[in-house]
Amino acid sequence: MSLLHWAVLAPFIMAVFVPVLRKKAALIHTGWFVLILPIVLFGTFLQYLPVTMNNNTVMQTAPWIPSLGIDFTVYMDGLSLLFALLITGIGALVVLYSIYYLSKTKESLHHFYVYLLMFMGAMLGVVLSDNVITLYMFWEFTSISSFLLIAYWYDRDRSRYGALKSMLVTVFGGLIMLGGFLVLSIMGNTFSIRELAARAPELNEHPLFLLAMILVLLGAFTKSAQFPFYIWLPDAMEAPTPVSAYLHSATMVKAGIYLVARFSPIFAFSGYWFWIVGAVGLFTMVWASFNAVKQTDLKSILAFSTVSQLGLIMSLLGIGAASLHFETLDDNIFTAAVIAAVFHLINHATFKGSLFMVVGIIDHETGTRDIRKLGGLMSFMPITFTLSVIGAFSMAGLPPFNGFLSKEMFFLSMVQLIELNLFNIETWAILFPVLAWVGSVFTFIYSMIIVFNVFTGKFQPEKIEKKPQEAPIGMLISPIVLASLVVVFGLFPNLLSYSLIQPAAAAIVPSIIPAGEQLDVHISFWHGITAELLMTIGVIAAGILLFKFMPKWGRVYDHFPGKVTLNQFYNSGLYAAERGSNAITNAYMTGFIRSYLVYIFTFFIAALGFTMWAKDAFRYDASAAAPIGLYEVCLIVVLLAATLTILMAKSRLTSIISLGAVGYTVSLFFVIFRAPDLALTQLVIETVSTALFLLCFYHLPKLSRHEEKRRFQAGNAIIAAGVGVIVTLLGISAHSSKFFPSINEYYVENTYEKAGGENMVNVILVDFRGFDTLFEISVLSVAALGIYGLIKLRLEKGGETNENE
Amino acid sequence: MEILMCIVAGLLFAAAVYLMLSKSLLRIIIGTGLLSHGTHLMLLTMGGLKAGAVPVLGEHAATYTDPIPQALILTAIVISFGVTAVFLVIAYRAYQELGTDNMEQMRGMDTDD
Amino acid sequence: MKTNDVIFQTVAKVVFFMIIFFAVHLFFAGHYYPGGGFVGGLLTSGAIVLLLLAYDMKTVRRGFPVDFKWLISLGLLFSVGTAAGSLMFNVPFFTHAYDYFQLPLFGKTSLHTAMLFDLGVYLVVIGVTMTIIQTIGESE
Repeated sequence: MSLLHWAVLAPFIMAVFVPVLRKKAALIHTGWFVLILPIVLFGTFLQYLPVTMNNNTVMQTAPWIPSLGIDFTVYMDGLSLLFALLITGIGALVVLYSIYYLSKTKESLHHFYVYLLMFMGAMLGVVLSDNVITLYMFWEFTSISSFLLIAYWYDRDRSRYGALKSMLVTVFGGLIMLGGFLVLSIMGNTFSIRELAARAPELNEHPLFLLAMILVLLGAFTKSAQFPFYIWLPDAMEAPTPVSAYLHSATMVKAGIYLVARFSPIFAFSGYWFWIVGAVGLFTMVWASFNAVKQTDLKSILAFSTVSQLGLIMSLLGIGAASLHFETLDDNIFTAAVIAAVFHLINHATFKGSLFMVVGIIDHETGTRDIRKLGGLMSFMPITFTLSVIGAFSMAGLPPFNGFLSKEMFFLSMVQLIELNLFNIETWAILFPVLAWVGSVFTFIYSMIIVFNVFTGKFQPEKIEKKPQEAPIGMLISPIVLASLVVVFGLFPNLLSYSLIQPAAAAIVPSIIPAGEQLDVHISFWHGITAELLMTIGVIAAGILLFKFMPKWGRVYDHFPGKVTLNQFYNSGLYAAERGSNAITNAYMTGFIRSYLVYIFTFFIAALGFTMWAKDAFRYDASAAAPIGLYEVCLIVVLLAATLTILMAKSRLTSIISLGAVGYTVSLFFVIFRAPDLALTQLVIETVSTALFLLCFYHLPKLSRHEEKRRFQAGNAIIAAGVGVIVTLLGISAHSSKFFPSINEYYVENTYEKAGGENMVNVILVDFRGFDTLFEISVLSVAALGIYGLIKLRLEKGGETNENE
Repeated sequence: MEILMCIVAGLLFAAAVYLMLSKSLLRIIIGTGLLSHGTHLMLLTMGGLKAGAVPVLGEHAATYTDPIPQALILTAIVISFGVTAVFLVIAYRAYQELGTDNMEQMRGMDTDD
Repeated sequence: MKTNDVIFQTVAKVVFFMIIFFAVHLFFAGHYYPGGGFVGGLLTSGAIVLLLLAYDMKTVRRGFPVDFKWLISLGLLFSVGTAAGSLMFNVPFFTHAYDYFQLPLFGKTSLHTAMLFDLGVYLVVIGVTMTIIQTIGESE
């Protein structure tokens, strides 16, 4: 366990103490304690910056399940570090913001922070794991904590619906991804991503390559809300705003981006990767930005905009894959796409994070997020207004903010595709820049909606619940920090170039970088009059026009119920699945124990009988058998007579006594067959059990046959006979075939040597197989306590007492 | 002898299964008791019968009976005692609460789900 | 079950001690001769059940003022403790140790940690059996 391991585990450990802190220090907002952790972690991770800046990596392994090759290996390179800094940095700001957002008295803060810390740890685990199985485990952890956070206000229907939806989509995606990981690990014979990447060329030739790629991509697309899986993200907005800002814009949804980036070295050489990732990303970007414009809830706009921006980054990663097909770095124009992806990832986290917090403030101070009710807030909330202008303009791609820079790079990459001679792209190439441009126009429009529909226009005090006022300073700090970063990164982008962007981009396309060299990451404002600049100007012009005349063309949306159909598909699918499984379950779960036993025994007969027949497994060999003696025959007669009595018995006393007779006969068998320990135990047990039966006697019902029909009895008899025959045949075959020498010699030799005892049975029980005995007495204890509970805990007649009391 | 014991165990199993499939709760419990007896006999038979001395080293015999099945059975005997006890109490409580020992009437209510 | 059978009660008292001694003997003999924690425990509880039949719940309660549920936990503690104790000596869980000692009265005797484990089993078996029987008996 190294420092990095502890860094991943620290949030989980902290989460344990949160409820205690909440209870013991109720006067202080629990968030203040929690805040310390992400700050410390952020500082810890910053120390790795000099390491990754030189394209060095850190790797530490702690064995977890070594026998299966599953280790908790942390691997820190530029990409991981970038994400780790985002997670802890934004995490710290979100926690700070939540301190003012969530009331100390009204909310169950301990739940909130436990979930949030769980998420933080899981997310760190995702980006730092080198082992795919560990990665998968943390991946699902993020889904679960996201589920809990979305359902934080679990008394709201919409919250529960959104939480369930997000969990179903992302967990199923994760499961599919696990399939991809397993295929990959079978192909490469290792669970380590680093080793898989080293074998990328041979994996490329493997017949399962495409399957593995598609499975892994499905995992990434569900998590990153790509088309058509994006439907969960808008519903996830039911979560408290700090959660939306953290999980559903800055970090968790980027896990999919991370995954695509992380697996690029393995998959990206393939043309399929280029097409799937690039096209899905671009289409998602256009589709979601188009849909964002029609939303009326501010958070929904942001949700769709997040989907769209994630699509943008995804498409950049896809196009960046083209860079692998160039021989030298100098003429490799597509590394720019990878660099743009990383740069936009950082920018998106800053401006979207601040926008979410701004929306949270508006919601908090006015009581609504509906843009139809809001307007003219500029004079009431000047600081919030400024922040939203910075965030939204950056998102729209306007100078001098960081969004402008990455948007330019995005256009540049798309335009360059026209000159690409790979993957049969010729005829389609022109579509890429066109779609990118269209998507950006819509992005521009909804960015303007966020600013102008809320802050300018007519103030409508009658429609909002509270009198708007500026938020408390504590709530403003976090968005201010993020907005300043938007401006700083916009003005001085090269602060990031070689510290964060280059190492991260290099980790995505390591194979094209010769040893000792670096990618050229110089970001500048002015390139002269270029295609991308003209595109930006076009976006602004078209965007302003469309924004102005929105009421005129807005009706287009009436003809595009796009989101609705996908959602309907999800809803009806879920409903049908529930109905279907209900129907199937009810068909065989009759609630009648006999049905279940019939299933079990029929399966027993069928499975064993079939195997015995198919494998020709029946053997008969009586040569090793002991001779049959007179005593034994007598005992067998007694035993069978007693059994028959039970079957025929009309009264419960007869059957209980006959059962006792069977037990005593069995103990006599033990005597004859040289098992004194068993004989003793059986005798005593039989006595105690009979006493037990007699004790219960008065409470037990009279033995009644419940008028079983002949057919019922005949069916039972057939199954019973079947089981009996199978067991007999099984026993005879087992006796007649000796595949292995018996291990009993071991006990004969070692009972005295190693355990210092002479009674082998007892020594086996307490020494050689002590675990059996330990668990056995535990089971017995549970049984005793269960009985105690059953008798002492009396529910009212009909069991109406509340079990939760 | 082993073959004969296999048949006896098979008969015990058949009787046990027949009892367990009936509708009366008490018969089901008795059935499980029989089932464990059958299993014990079967296990013992599998180790070989009368193949050596009692598995105690003090006997100084040349061969001993296989001690492993005996150890397993000893565990099983005690566990089945526990199981029988729990079954009995469940039966008795169920009878007290529901007033019937007919399994067909104990299907649970439709409103349960 | 209120009976007033003097002969039965007197005999039960005597037999009780005989059974108990036999049970203890079985328990200690376990490592060398047939016997051990299970049989010992069961016989001991059998003896108590005998008293239960001869007298009634209350009398037995007075004779054994123990909560048998405590006996279960005590026994489990012994067993798990013995098994875990080996960890202290840097050997795997459940490693037993034994040695021979020269004791007064008994002469050369071997002492086992396995015996401690078996003591746990013994206690659990008594505890479980008596808890079950007592609970059912009291429920009337």
